[in-house]
Amino acid sequence: MDPVDFADSAYKLSGEASRLAERLAELAQRATYADAGSAAAATAGSGSADVFLMGFTVFVLAIFVGYYVVWHVTPALHSPLMSVTNAISSVIVVGALIAAGPADFNISQVFGFIAVTLASINIFGGFIVTQRMLQMFRKKQR
Amino acid sequence: MSATASTLAYLIASICFIMALRGLASPETARRGNLLGIIGMVIAVVTTLASSEVVSYTTIIAGIVIGGTIGTVIAQRIEMTALPQLVAAFHSLVGLAAVFVAAAAFHTPEAYGIGTSGAIHATSLIEMSLGTAIGAITFTGSIIAFGKLQGMVSSNPLSFPGQHILNLALGILLVFLIALFVSGESGFLFWMIVLLSLILGVLLIVPIGGADMPVVISMLNSYSGWAACGIGFTLGNNLLIVTGALVGSSGAILSYIMCKGMNRSFFNVILGGFGGEGVAASGPDLGDKTVKSGSAEDAAFILENAGSVIIVPGYGMAVAQAQHALREMGDILKARGVTVRYAIHPVAGRMPGHMNVLLAEANVPYDEVMELDEINRDFSSTDVAFVIGANDVTNPAAKTDPSSPIYGMPILDVENARTVLFSKRSLASGYAGVDNELFYRDNTMMLFGDAKKMCEDVVKALG
Repeated sequence: MDPVDFADSAYKLSGEASRLAERLAELAQRATYADAGSAAAATAGSGSADVFLMGFTVFVLAIFVGYYVVWHVTPALHSPLMSVTNAISSVIVVGALIAAGPADFNISQVFGFIAVTLASINIFGGFIVTQRMLQMFRKKQR
Repeated sequence: MSATASTLAYLIASICFIMALRGLASPETARRGNLLGIIGMVIAVVTTLASSEVVSYTTIIAGIVIGGTIGTVIAQRIEMTALPQLVAAFHSLVGLAAVFVAAAAFHTPEAYGIGTSGAIHATSLIEMSLGTAIGAITFTGSIIAFGKLQGMVSSNPLSFPGQHILNLALGILLVFLIALFVSGESGFLFWMIVLLSLILGVLLIVPIGGADMPVVISMLNSYSGWAACGIGFTLGNNLLIVTGALVGSSGAILSYIMCKGMNRSFFNVILGGFGGEGVAASGPDLGDKTVKSGSAEDAAFILENAGSVIIVPGYGMAVAQAQHALREMGDILKARGVTVRYAIHPVAGRMPGHMNVLLAEANVPYDEVMELDEINRDFSSTDVAFVIGANDVTNPAAKTDPSSPIYGMPILDVENARTVLFSKRSLASGYAGVDNELFYRDNTMMLFGDAKKMCEDVVKALG
């Protein structure tokens, strides 16, 4: 084999090698995409479970907080406790606002409007009546 | 507002709510606590309004203005004696609002990011149906409780044969419907769950008598919290979950305290059928027992010459609106050097803490008002126990008669005082339908008549 031929075939080979390398890179990239895609799909699939577990953790911890805080409430203030818990449970107004908020009209907006109204009665009524009660608790004037 | 910012804002609101309950540990910090509660609510509402899901404000403002006006007017005008009814009515609104929020989430799941219509995530469907069911039960249950407290529905327990089996069957049907709803999302099933829960709410509260209302109100308080939790899980909103759990555990603890105050199990109360006028109507069998009755002048004389007096108020005081006249009587006695204190039984009245609020309304300083555990030992060194509108909570049969329906209930030991004055309309037995042997004791004097009139007459006689 003369050197010219040798150089020629080497050149061809290197060309092929570079083409192969390109294919490989392309495949690798596709694989990455596919991988990321499947990972994303996996996240989406287990996403609701993760959200639930997070929520559940918060839920259990909040019950413990509630337990310790409420046992510290003096029995004399159990009525205001009921009315203030009533007022703060109306925080579901948050869900109602989202329903009542979209630009286009739909049935959910009606539900949202009703829920906002009901919850507002509770929020205003609950906090005001609690305040009225607490105003009355006075210490002995000496 | 970005998602991170609103999550943090919701966290601050949650902390405000926790601090609001923490404030109630003492009357001095309670007002600041209530203020924190209001701040938390404002933060929550503003954060949601600033989120990208909310773009149109007209409906929202209309709802807040209408609801806010109604709530403000009611809260400012309500008589303190009508407080239990008011709280029951407010609970019903939380329940109904939860149902509507769930309905909205069901119809437009996209807005809440829980899937698309017809393909809502299964977990969201479970959470949604639980929130709806608890909300609907809270709604009708609270309405019945309201009716009983307001006197619109008979406060007697209403029971019929097969009641518990019917409730159980409906409960199982409800679970079955929820399972169907989760496996095949359908609007019909959603509304069936709502309907069935509404019916269950009525059936659950109807058999419970008037004086068990402290437990019922606390329980419904708890339910309204769990309903909020269910909605919080559906929307993936931690603020709702935290608040719902706080309210839920608060109501549960209050129910527990009330049950303990009556020495009855929670299930005994819930299954209902206890007490009521049906039993009381038989009237006490006097036999050869004699009752010493006295006039307001006699009472005034005894009180005036006492060194120490403990006043024991009950539901009768609330009915007669006697708290102001009673405080006036107490003031005169104090001015004459008599030590006057008040003893509150945990289940006196129709809601937890009912008596404390009424006495506070009449300007009785809260440091003169004692709980059962704090004061019970002092009766033996007290000259006069003045019982006004209370009965079962003073009945010694709870300690001595194992066959009595109230056996084991903690009672105020008024019989240990040198003299017991009983202001009562008649000798009729109390809610539990048990005769009170105290009426026939040598050291007891009955003051028959309206509690308010009696206090006023005593005040006149003290002159």
